[in-house]
Amino acid sequence: MLSMSTNNLSYNDQGGSDSAVEVGQETTPTSSNAGFGLFSTNFKKNDDLKEMLESNKDSLKLDAMKRIIALIAKGKNASELFPAVVKNVASKNIELKKLVYVYLVRYAEEQQDLALLSISTFQRALKDPNQLIRASALRVLSSIRVPIIVPIMMLAIKEAASDMSPYVRKTSAHAIQKLYSLDPDQKEHLIEVIDKLLKDKSTLVAGSVVMAFEEVCPDRIDLIHKNYRKLCNLLVDVEEWGQVVIITMLTRYARTQFTSPWKEDGQFDENSETAFYESDEKKTKNGDEKKSYMMDPDHRLLLRNTKPLLQSRNTAVVVSVAQLYWHLAPKHEVGVITKSLVRLLRSHREVQYIVLQNIATMSIQRKGMFEPYMKSFYVRSTDATHIKSLKLEILTSLANEANISTILREFQTYVKSQDKQFAAGTIQAIGRCATNISEVTDTCLQGLVLLLSNRDETVVAESVVVIKKLLQTQPTQHSDIIKHMAKLFDNIAVPMARASILWLMGEYCERVPQIAPDVLRKMAKSFTSEEDIVKLQTVNLAAKLYLTNSKQTKLLTQYILNLGKYDQNYDIRDRTRFIRQLIVPNEKSGALGKYARRILLAPKPAPVLESTYKDRDRYQLGTLSHTINTKASGYLELSDWPAVAPDQSVRNVEVIEPVKEWAPSLGKTGKSKLSKSSDDKFYSDSGEEEEEKDKGSGSSSSDDSSSSSSSEESSSEAESDEEKSSSPSSEESDKSSSQSEKSSSESDSEQKKKTTKKPPQKKTVKPTAKDSDSDENGNVAKEASSSSAEETSSGSDSGSDADSHSGTERKKKTKSKAKPKVEVKSTKVVSLLKEVSLLDLDDFNPTPVTRPKMSVLSPSLLGDLEGLSLSNISSTIQVSGPAFVPEKRHDLLHRMAGKGLSAHYQFPRQPCLYQPTMVSVQISLTNTSDHPLEQIHIGDRSPTGLHMHCFNTIECLLPDASVTVSLGVDFNDSTQAANFQLCTKEDQFSVSIQPAVGELFLPVTMTEQDFRKEQGKLLGMNESSATITMAAENTTSQPISRQVATVANLGVVPSGQDNIHRFAGKTASSGAVVLVTVELRGESTALITINTEKSVMGPMLLRDLKWALAQA
Amino acid sequence: MINSLFLINASGDIFLEKHWKSVVSRSVCDYFLEAKEKALEPEDVPPVIHTPHHYLISIYRDKLFFLSVIQTEVPPLFVIEFLHRVAEMIQDYFGECSETVVKDNMVMVYELLEEMLDNGFPLATESNVLKEMIRPPTILRSVVNTLTGTSNVGDTLPTGQLSTIPWRRAGVKYTNNEAYFDVVEEIDAILDQSGTTVFAEIQGVVEACVKLSGMPDLTLSFMNPRLLDDVSFHPCVRYKRWESERVLSFIPPDGNFTLMTYHVNAQNLVAIPVYVKQSISFFESGSGGRLDVTVGPKQTMGKTVEGVVVTVHLPKTILSINLTATQGSYTYDNGTKLLVWDIGKLNPQKLPNLRGSLSLQAGAPKPEENPSLNIDLKIQQLAISGLKVNRLDMFGEKYKPFKGVKYITKAGKFQVRT
Repeated sequence: MLSMSTNNLSYNDQGGSDSAVEVGQETTPTSSNAGFGLFSTNFKKNDDLKEMLESNKDSLKLDAMKRIIALIAKGKNASELFPAVVKNVASKNIELKKLVYVYLVRYAEEQQDLALLSISTFQRALKDPNQLIRASALRVLSSIRVPIIVPIMMLAIKEAASDMSPYVRKTSAHAIQKLYSLDPDQKEHLIEVIDKLLKDKSTLVAGSVVMAFEEVCPDRIDLIHKNYRKLCNLLVDVEEWGQVVIITMLTRYARTQFTSPWKEDGQFDENSETAFYESDEKKTKNGDEKKSYMMDPDHRLLLRNTKPLLQSRNTAVVVSVAQLYWHLAPKHEVGVITKSLVRLLRSHREVQYIVLQNIATMSIQRKGMFEPYMKSFYVRSTDATHIKSLKLEILTSLANEANISTILREFQTYVKSQDKQFAAGTIQAIGRCATNISEVTDTCLQGLVLLLSNRDETVVAESVVVIKKLLQTQPTQHSDIIKHMAKLFDNIAVPMARASILWLMGEYCERVPQIAPDVLRKMAKSFTSEEDIVKLQTVNLAAKLYLTNSKQTKLLTQYILNLGKYDQNYDIRDRTRFIRQLIVPNEKSGALGKYARRILLAPKPAPVLESTYKDRDRYQLGTLSHTINTKASGYLELSDWPAVAPDQSVRNVEVIEPVKEWAPSLGKTGKSKLSKSSDDKFYSDSGEEEEEKDKGSGSSSSDDSSSSSSSEESSSEAESDEEKSSSPSSEESDKSSSQSEKSSSESDSEQKKKTTKKPPQKKTVKPTAKDSDSDENGNVAKEASSSSAEETSSGSDSGSDADSHSGTERKKKTKSKAKPKVEVKSTKVVSLLKEVSLLDLDDFNPTPVTRPKMSVLSPSLLGDLEGLSLSNISSTIQVSGPAFVPEKRHDLLHRMAGKGLSAHYQFPRQPCLYQPTMVSVQISLTNTSDHPLEQIHIGDRSPTGLHMHCFNTIECLLPDASVTVSLGVDFNDSTQAANFQLCTKEDQFSVSIQPAVGELFLPVTMTEQDFRKEQGKLLGMNESSATITMAAENTTSQPISRQVATVANLGVVPSGQDNIHRFAGKTASSGAVVLVTVELRGESTALITINTEKSVMGPMLLRDLKWALAQA
Repeated sequence: MINSLFLINASGDIFLEKHWKSVVSRSVCDYFLEAKEKALEPEDVPPVIHTPHHYLISIYRDKLFFLSVIQTEVPPLFVIEFLHRVAEMIQDYFGECSETVVKDNMVMVYELLEEMLDNGFPLATESNVLKEMIRPPTILRSVVNTLTGTSNVGDTLPTGQLSTIPWRRAGVKYTNNEAYFDVVEEIDAILDQSGTTVFAEIQGVVEACVKLSGMPDLTLSFMNPRLLDDVSFHPCVRYKRWESERVLSFIPPDGNFTLMTYHVNAQNLVAIPVYVKQSISFFESGSGGRLDVTVGPKQTMGKTVEGVVVTVHLPKTILSINLTATQGSYTYDNGTKLLVWDIGKLNPQKLPNLRGSLSLQAGAPKPEENPSLNIDLKIQQLAISGLKVNRLDMFGEKYKPFKGVKYITKAGKFQVRT
């Protein structure tokens, strides 16, 4: 108690002064505790509060707390009660506790020592089973701005970032910002947490963590790469405030990562793979141009996913999307934002203000955007002043030859407005229209001259000023206007207007030789009573007249100069002295006097009447800085587009890195409108047992397709996809578009899947299709690609929501639902059947295998799709993840040969994400030289038909740095080496990748029964076998599997017999089935049988296997 | 983000303050009060004020200023939108948003503000979520609370917070399941002296009052969705369904909410339901003038025009008026020079008329411009654009709800220039 009272005393010094003023000074010594005597004197009305807080009854405490909070809300000081309040922090009553929290947060900063008493309570609460309590404990703990507890906060944040509850994780994202503002030294640790939370899949967390990112480390753009696609895909689901923050951040991100879509005819780097880019908009615009700009699919993804948000009810979201389109979209697409922005003009006055400001900036650059909505900017007499002037601004910007008459008629009404400020603004606007549109200059001028006889001074004055500016642009014709103004001069009292007239007289005195001296005469009379600005102009006029017409005005000038010499204002005295020296020749004036005429009567450039919003575009639209037209603190500059896009593969989610996730599946309530990525699914899968994965995929897709709207949605999406992929006529573009479509929309999810060891993929392969060589039939191919696009998109959609792993009951429901859905599509799917073969295997002919077209089908998504059809298909073969990834690295380029550039390659054995027919190859490049190597890219390749997906040009590789890039090569099922040139800025090195035959396969899983069935079809010529003597240690199943997996990328087929081991795969390029059987016979002999239609690959694989199994 | 919030009444008294980060002294409001002094009307106070260390973003609503203090760059609309949400929340909880209401419920407002923002970033702004955390006051509940000692503060995390449908709370139960939709259309128009339309457009809004048990999934379709040119939705509406089929598919929030707002295609000619014959003239001598206004029905689609009110901001130089109305009554405030003529129902047989003389202050010049008339009106059972709801279907629940749709047309910013 004693220590408390001392505290109380000391803190009274800090914060008590307010309360002393606010509450009465009367002493009512009710408090029994001497230590609080001082305190009770300060609180006449509130002295009972402390007693109430110390009572045993919760209701009394609650009443006291409510009164205290009311005091705080009113801005009164209640800090004296801190010790009494803080004791209740551990109260069981939740409402009381909350109020104590509120109090603590408010005063902890002032009473740090006492606040520490409460910390242990929060630490305990952080472990509470109730997520609301955990979250609020973290909220309060992090809001207590006491530097001593920084380590505790750090620990709490780290723990909360891995909490099961997304709500708690969201709170931890908020806490990051609080801790950062308290102690910026923690930045590095906090960035780690941010990095972790950025990977979070919950829509709840996304907005808050991006906010933390923006506040703590906005420059760490590299943290975003891997999460970019996820954020784009989650965006629609994020709560509205988070959307704003994410969109703003992504705008900045995109400006650093993508190339400008604005240079319509810009020639791009040869190395940019046309095949990879999406080209849909090009086709409409200038499809004939071959090497024109192609938008990065990720760029497109962002634009596509933000567009629906234009329909948001939240005005901040709408404007943030609008600014995103303005800063990122190709010029011809920006138009979509117009309607939404105009809609916002119906909203609250403050919203109008901000939106109009943004429109004002836009309308200067792009009149066309808002011209159709011109009437929405008509001014109402009830509008607030700042709204009126903004509307005026926009109307002026929108004026052109076609609509100027309408606008001028509208302006006529405004000029008569009772709001004279506004009327004056209108006159300026008329002036701007007159200068911008030469057709109406005369009309405007005449109109303005009429206004000179207006009764209102402000209007007249403004007219004079504007006329002056207008006359300057074309002074020759208008001497009668000048005369007219001279006549009006006596009636005009506004100094600015008088000064303007005087200036005009002086400037054009030679055109009105009769009048100018007369005006000067009048001015000489009234000089002393004029305003300063008028005096200055009088002196000017006098000087100019003296130079042109000294005979008539010499005396007048001298008189005025004398008056000016003794003026009260030093500016005028200065000016007079200067002018006198300049124009009146005397011995002291020197050389300058000769040039007096040239100085005073120099032709002056006409003023440019332009918008005050002209320069606002240097700020990102929608920002505070844009609104106040100065850089606000914390404003992040929007960078210019990079000339060459940085490596786009950085956004590919890491292929090898095993992501162990803790995220529990969130019970989404079946709202299907949203997430297009299958991230969630992946996570829920990984949390489960391996064997359950198949179920997982089945049920996850079911989740979606069972709800009514998802099928809608997938079909709608499929429609658009179909349009896109079927529109191109040439086969090449067909391929590229469909491919890019895939990569843009699916790559995210697809890659995610690859990170699992055995993603749930099922693939039914129709064996008869395998014989077909790829002689391509245009129509079929096209249909295949379009329908496959459809399939993929629906597949991706259905894969998306799947974060609830439901039981079998649900699964059944899906199956029944999914079947009809597929049937509907079956007409289109026919050509695809060899891949999908969902329905009737027999009624379909071997279709030419058009490998490139198949690309749209990513194996994993196909797997999802086919997960739906489990029940009615007996033969299922799925592509699975690799059983084993050899570490072996092959030399691609030795550092000696490569002048310091060394390159190695290895086969990660992952399905290639660029095209399924490709084998993915990872190349690690190291710079062993002492100078940076620039522009590393892939040059010519051979054989010329070689399909290869190159990596993006590496701009610069610093000495001793290394970078790993991935490459896709279609080896076309042969071991022929892929030769290409690895180029740097200066050099070219011919290199080749020689694949072992085993690398050309993709592992598949199938049942033993299926294996036998397939084997039965591949006898005779398709079978090659050999008996070998095996090394002693290779005689059990595990070593055999390992050896086979090392040699070839095959999957293990479960076998019923101990002595027979089966492996299955398919070739990457054509998808032909490869079956390997190892049958142990006796102690050390074994029979290896290989069944495949690829008659060359069979024996080669056999040879490799023989060698491997015979070895130790 | 948002650092502090001050509530200020029209006369400039700060009656509530809330800080989400370090405390900002209320003296920062002086910059605002200064700007407020300068402005003629409270509406004219600039929404964004730049002070040396802070940025002040304010809204004026229901005769109150909501002033937020910002320290770093933030989209201004983000703040403005949030402030309006605060005002709507107060309205939602206490029935109106006024100084008295806030003062009476100081603690609850303060608690709500605490929940709405964390560290200046919005945490819970959905009314359904907030109401689960802090229950709105009702007479019954306050009685129960005093008897049982329970509180208005919920102790579990609202389910909405965690799901992707934060707007709906779980476990909703009604004995009568009903869903009502009001299609409200507003005509924004500017007519010139001669009565020709300078500008006219229709803005509509679908307000919903849905009281359905469980998790209903509703689909609302229109007979003529093509009319709708631009729309914005409550977050519950599925964009994709709208894009593909032009139907509104949604899981509704519980209670009252705005389902969508729309703008009717600009190509459609807007029917103007009333015409106004007016002549306001001032004598050249400058001593006074005459006012004569007649309002009559025009394109009303056979419905009665009700609630007609004509509002005129007379020039500042008017000294007094002397008018007679054939129908309804007029009020005139000499301080604000605001003339309000409340007509009521329009009778086509006998057109209401207001006429009389205006006298100007001595020596004042003849006003430059005639005042414009603002018209307010209401037509029941009519959506002036012709928009019609086709049907409402419910999925996901077994019971049969009672459904209803009401149409109403109002004047929005309907102005007649004279």
